[in-house]
Amino acid sequence: MISRRSRGASAAAVGGFAALALTLAACTPPPSDDDTAGDDGDFEVAEGCEAFEQYGDLSGTEVNLYTSITAPEDQPHIDSYDQFEECTGATINYEGSREFEAQLPVRIQAGNAPDVAYIPQPGLLNTLVTDFPDAIVPVGDLAAENVDSYYSEAWRGYGTVDDTFYATPLGANVKSFVWYSPSMFADAGYEIPETWDELIALSDQIVAEGGTPWCAGIGSGDATGWPATDWLEDVMLRTAGPDVYDQWVNHEIPFNDPAVAEALETVGSILKNEEYVNAGFGGVSSIATTEFTDAGFPILDGECWMHRQASFYQANWGEAQEGVTVAEDGDVFAFYFPSESTDSQPLLGGGEFVAAFDERPEVQAFQAFLTSPEWVNAKIPLAPGWVSANSEQDTSLYESPIDALSAELLADTSREFRFDASDLMPGAVGAGSFWTEMVNWIANDKPDNEVLDAIEASWP
Amino acid sequence: MDVFANAGAWIGYYWEIISGWLLEASGPGQKLLLMALAVVLFVVVMGGILLAVDKPKRIPNWLVATGFVGPALLFVAFGLVYPALRTMYTSLFARNSDDFIGLDNYIRAFSENEFQIVLRNTAMWVILVPLVATLFGLIYAVLVDRTRFEKIAKTLMFLPMSISLVGASIIWRFMYEYRAVLLDADGNPRNNQTGLINQVLVWIGLEPQQFLINSPWNNLFLIAVMIWIQAGFAMTILSAAIKAIPDDIVEAARLDGLKGMQMFRYITVPSIRPALVVVLTTIAMTTLKVFDIVRTMTNGNFGTSVVANEFYDQSFRLGDAGLGAALAVILFVLVIPLVVYNVRQMRLAEEIR
Repeated sequence: MISRRSRGASAAAVGGFAALALTLAACTPPPSDDDTAGDDGDFEVAEGCEAFEQYGDLSGTEVNLYTSITAPEDQPHIDSYDQFEECTGATINYEGSREFEAQLPVRIQAGNAPDVAYIPQPGLLNTLVTDFPDAIVPVGDLAAENVDSYYSEAWRGYGTVDDTFYATPLGANVKSFVWYSPSMFADAGYEIPETWDELIALSDQIVAEGGTPWCAGIGSGDATGWPATDWLEDVMLRTAGPDVYDQWVNHEIPFNDPAVAEALETVGSILKNEEYVNAGFGGVSSIATTEFTDAGFPILDGECWMHRQASFYQANWGEAQEGVTVAEDGDVFAFYFPSESTDSQPLLGGGEFVAAFDERPEVQAFQAFLTSPEWVNAKIPLAPGWVSANSEQDTSLYESPIDALSAELLADTSREFRFDASDLMPGAVGAGSFWTEMVNWIANDKPDNEVLDAIEASWP
Repeated sequence: MDVFANAGAWIGYYWEIISGWLLEASGPGQKLLLMALAVVLFVVVMGGILLAVDKPKRIPNWLVATGFVGPALLFVAFGLVYPALRTMYTSLFARNSDDFIGLDNYIRAFSENEFQIVLRNTAMWVILVPLVATLFGLIYAVLVDRTRFEKIAKTLMFLPMSISLVGASIIWRFMYEYRAVLLDADGNPRNNQTGLINQVLVWIGLEPQQFLINSPWNNLFLIAVMIWIQAGFAMTILSAAIKAIPDDIVEAARLDGLKGMQMFRYITVPSIRPALVVVLTTIAMTTLKVFDIVRTMTNGNFGTSVVANEFYDQSFRLGDAGLGAALAVILFVLVIPLVVYNVRQMRLAEEIR
């Protein structure tokens, strides 16, 4: 009993002392470190950091970046922020996820949105703005000014939803390319076709000489089918023209409009022609199971002559064989996917966008930095296969000839540039039925009209 | 009032210092100290719990019960019951909006052609996988029982169980891989198949097949993967059950003149019936939830999607949370009878034992 009582007493003493200490302390506020922060503008600008002065002193701040780009492609991105981090003192926390598209809405919904995200399709941006109206912060003044001075108006348009500018352009790519082997063409005496008719004539000539002209593959894991949608879009631009293309994207004409049907039929005259495909892999249906990453490889074995795929496909050649050179006089190169006549040469392309989810100065500064020529010119030498549509870029920095060609085509204002339609359409179509129905079209020989009707029916 | 605000600020101030010291150790010395501190904390907490448990007379029964059951109940409530109710609620709304549309999502799921294929596939899976896997497992267990190779044979059969479903799917995708036969000038094939099964077909003089494309047969080739994995599980449980059949029963049956198939039919199967039911229902439940195999091998293309895969697609890829939730609820409803039956059988089996 005695021991218990004394234990209680000492406990009371300790408690009382703690309470007293707190009460005393409560009379004065704790020391604060607010005094040291907040004196923007009046700091030393380090050597080579003049361009970063406008962002102010951001030391100690962090920006959480969330993207779909994972290792090893993420390293050039991470490295391209080095100067920003050194000059402003901010830290960029990079996080890449293969499940980005599925996870981003989940994170927003959970109140755990990143500060900045790279949005791979304008369609996804549209969905996010519609579903979570207050999540994305409209582009700040500094970034918006940059976009207005360095990008064409169309690029601002892709990042705009209902007249509010939400996302700034990041990278760009050109999809209207046909990969081929310059040496094989030279040996066989083939010329690069410049019109659609020449392209078909060349294909027929290859068939007549016992070859199979085209190889294709639309397998891409979660996103299986997208290379087939690119085919249809590229052909649609040529058979129906850019204006009808825009109506199609905005659903001003239905998905099963005769113009789309004509384009699909034209694609079918190549992709569903057993004589034309699928060099090195099998018949038409093998296109559905061939991974798009491997689809062009038969060109290196001399099995396949032509493979329509975007500029970024160049990164894959190294996977097939050591030391493949991508150049006009090398092992593989690409020519412009011909249009009906050389008078009108539309260009299909894509790109990523940057959306911010917070108004903190470091977040706004980082978004503005990504639109600046400084960042673009730092990024270009780091990663072949990455192209920008920034007008102030230094095109001599491109090491790869296909990148230089892409940048040149993007800068050529005589060409009507159009953004990848499936990336602009609502997710249920652009990342859903458009993909799966094109897979059915190829794998199960689903008739053209049923494919288009099914996609039209799924338009939300 | 100012005093309280200051006190709060002071607590926050110290808390920041303390948590900084606890969470961001600067060197090995501090880390060791932190470890020692953690050990002391553990001893204090555990000691406290043990002391409390040592004096049960003073603590009312309901408190002890709450202490043990409470945390579990809380976890079930927040981790299971709330999400389940929330999913059912969401399934009554259009896409991600607040438009109440009643049972429209369910009507869509049952009436649209695309989803009927999904339901048909799920039915194929749930009927075929448990039956075939259990049958294989049972036959195998009986055949290798008490033979010289029993251990090795059983290990081999059980090995696929240790491979993840995604890993198994990738292996089997290679097995099914297809290349067209290219002929050279003399009419002889000049390329090899990259898929093992197609190469075997070519060797025995048959045409290679596009196993993963031709619907509805491609479903069977996906189902084969699940059977390959689950047969080992069935074999293990059933083999143990067979070994548990009392020797006197077997002996008596033998004296009565039962042999081979008859023994299997009248003694083995009835004796292991509870185990058979548990194996069947367990595999059926796993199969209903199948997602990994379909996602990895075909991504639901070529008419191979199942409910779990479609639910994921609708919810996360196509942004139709309402329809996704409806599909999840359908899956939930389909699993319930199996779970109930399974639990009852397990209880019966325990009573017999």
